[in-house]
Order: sequence, then structure tokens, then C-alpha cells
Amino acid sequence: MSFRFTQTAIDTAAARRELQDLGSGGYVCFEGWVRDQNEGQEVTRLEYEAFQELAVKEGERIVAEALRRFPVKHALCIHRVGSLGLGDMAVWVGVSSAHRGEAFDACRFIIDEVKHRVPIWKKEHYRSGNSGWVNCERCAAEPQHSHEHPHRVASNP
Amino acid sequence: MSIDPIYGLVLAGGASKRMQRDKAALRYRGKTQLERAFEVLSQHLSRVFVSVRADQTSDPTRAHLPMIVDSVEGSGPIVGIRSAFAAHPNVSWFVLACDLPFFSEALIYPLVRARDAHGLAESLAIAYKSAHDGLPEPLCAIWDPAAAPVLADYQAAGGRCPRKFLIRHGAHLVDLPDPRALDNVNTPEEYSQAAASLDNLASMQLKIQYYALMREQAGRSEETLETSATTPADLYIELAARYGFTLSREQLKVAVNSEFSDWSRKLAANDAVVFIPPVAGG
Repeated sequence: MSFRFTQTAIDTAAARRELQDLGSGGYVCFEGWVRDQNEGQEVTRLEYEAFQELAVKEGERIVAEALRRFPVKHALCIHRVGSLGLGDMAVWVGVSSAHRGEAFDACRFIIDEVKHRVPIWKKEHYRSGNSGWVNCERCAAEPQHSHEHPHRVASNP
Repeated sequence: MSIDPIYGLVLAGGASKRMQRDKAALRYRGKTQLERAFEVLSQHLSRVFVSVRADQTSDPTRAHLPMIVDSVEGSGPIVGIRSAFAAHPNVSWFVLACDLPFFSEALIYPLVRARDAHGLAESLAIAYKSAHDGLPEPLCAIWDPAAAPVLADYQAAGGRCPRKFLIRHGAHLVDLPDPRALDNVNTPEEYSQAAASLDNLASMQLKIQYYALMREQAGRSEETLETSATTPADLYIELAARYGFTLSREQLKVAVNSEFSDWSRKLAANDAVVFIPPVAGG
């Protein structure tokens, strides 16, 4: 499975082993971490939630697209769900490849597409006691906002 | 949504003079109107009662349901409403007439939301504005306990009409989501038209799952729903009216049976529908 969810900490050592290949000259990975602030608010923790049945399908489609677009060997994305604290890893993407250039490109492609397309949501809890669903509460006040362009304004991490 | 202190009251003590048959016992889609009204309210309110006259307590259409028997003098809907306040003085009552075959659960939440937003402090009831004449619809309305003594005075002065009462004493008015939703039936002709119209209304069961902000605003993570909506677009209009979703359809995507779907896709019975708010993975 090239895209999956976990309720517990992402085991990056095990994930990396899944990509190892004697034909690969290297591997690139991206880790997304929970940051302590977003849009001027102090964040204390995040809750991630996913529509897993569709999210896994869409995530696997993204990885398959990456393997078609870039000449890389293997790619894998693992996303965590549940309650995460500051510094916790929310997402991991790894790509192995004969050469480094396409590995960087494929890794960047996968994380960008996952953030944009996969039905995963995060609720930020703030030091002030407030909380909010990222990209949703802001959109509610801006009805002209649409899915025609990526939601990158409030990305965290 | 603070729906707890609202009880339901289905008024079934009427004389049904023009119909010449008991309106509570008229059948639509295989169920009596009383059963239909009672079931819809029971799905959303913690307790629901049927308002009856003293001579109706063993009537087979009514006897199996929790009843509030008229306990004040007189007749008419005001007697039923006053008897409900006498039985439970500290709750608000969602009062519903028994001759509204097009009433559906889509009409519950707009009133409840208006009550939460507006409070009942300045009006004795939250009611729909009639699509025909703009006047309050008193018999599909939330009545506040503060109305009880005012109703007693009104009745003592000879008043009998709950609509005139609300015009005089003020109700907070809410627009009807569907102008036909409170059409009532008074004659055999109106009954056969309404029954045929409901029979023709192809309705089906759908399973809806809610995530993230949608789950919080709907107050549930899933439900099975009987609906006449035929596309995800229609379904969203119906559910947004019920739950007050803040996101517009343009901000959402929709999935049917765990795959992204077009908003105009024709839905089939038992389809599973998920509305997808703006995503934020990573």
C-alpha cells in the first residue's frame, strides 16, 4: 500500500526500509511536523481526521501519478490521524530513485498533491482556548473561495 | 444546538368537521397522519405527546401514544397548548397540528435555530411566516412557557384563535423553507390530492457521513435519511437548511459510495454520501 494512515507515531525507520532497492542511488523524504503557531495564533495541539476510505484511494492515485511522471523506484506516504502535540510528525513521504533530482521532484509532488486533494482535515487548538478547522472557518467568511485553486493559505505544518 | 428543553405536542383533539373523518387517522404512505407527525418529532425532541380531549383517551388512533388530556375548560388548539403547559410548565413546546401532511423534519431545525439565535425573551413563540398571507403559522411553532398566562387571559377574554393571539402578542417569524410545506388538508378533496402528491414523491433512504466541521455542525457523524432529493446538490440544500451549515456548496466537494462525484449525479437508494469541506492534510 503506497498511502496509509496510522493512529500512532509514524515509524520512519520501517517506512524507509520499504523503499530500499539496490537499483536506487538514494532516497528523499519529507516530514511534516506540528508547528507552534499559525496565522499569528499560538497553537497548542492539532486533531487530524480523515475520510479514510476515499483518502486511501486518492492518496494511492497520487503516488501512482508520481511514479508515472518521474523516473523513481518506490514511493510511500504515511499520514497520522488523531490528536497530535507540538513537534509530532503528521505526515511522512519517502521516495527512492536511481538519481536524486527526480526523487526530490517526486517527493515534492506527492506532499503538494496530498495537501490539496486528500480528504484529511485538521482542527487547531489555540493557547487562547479557541479552536478552528483549518481552511474551513476562514472560507466560511469568504464564500467566493473555491476549490479551483489550492488551499495553501493556512497550511500547517 | 440546545434542543433539550423543547417537548413536542401533536394536536389531535380537533373535530375534523369539514373532513367528516378524523384527520389524525387519515393515512399517507401507509401511516396515519398522527403516527407520521409523532415519529418525525420523536426523532428530534426528547419527549413528544399527543394532545387529546378527555373523550378520546381510548381512541385506537391515539391510545398507544403518550397523551396530554385537555385539563382546562373550552375547546380548540389553545386549550391543548395550555394543557401542555399545565402538565410541564418549564419547557417550550413544539406545537404541531395534525393536518399538515407535508410537514417533515426539515421544518424542525429552522425554528430551533431561530430560537437559539433570537431567544424567546421578546416573543412568546417562534413561528413560520405563512407563504400565503405573511401571517404567523401558530400550529407549527415553538411556544415559550411565558405564553401560558397570556394565553389564559386571552381565552378568558373570549379569544379562541392562536393565530390572532400571535399577531396581537408578537411572534418571531421565520421564512418557510418550502412555501407548500404547511399546506393543510380540510376537505376530502384536499386529502386525496395530498395523499396522491405524497405517493408520487419518490423518496429513498440514503446514508450520510459527516466529517470535521460538517460533523460538528450536524451534531452527528452519520445518519440514515429518508429524502426526496435526487442529486447531491438537492441533498445539500435540504441538509444545509436543517443544520445551518456555514460552508456554501461551492466550497465543498461531494463523494458518493466513497468516490468523488458530480453534484448533479442521480442518487440511488442506499447510496452513501459524504460532503467534503476544504481539506487540510499535511
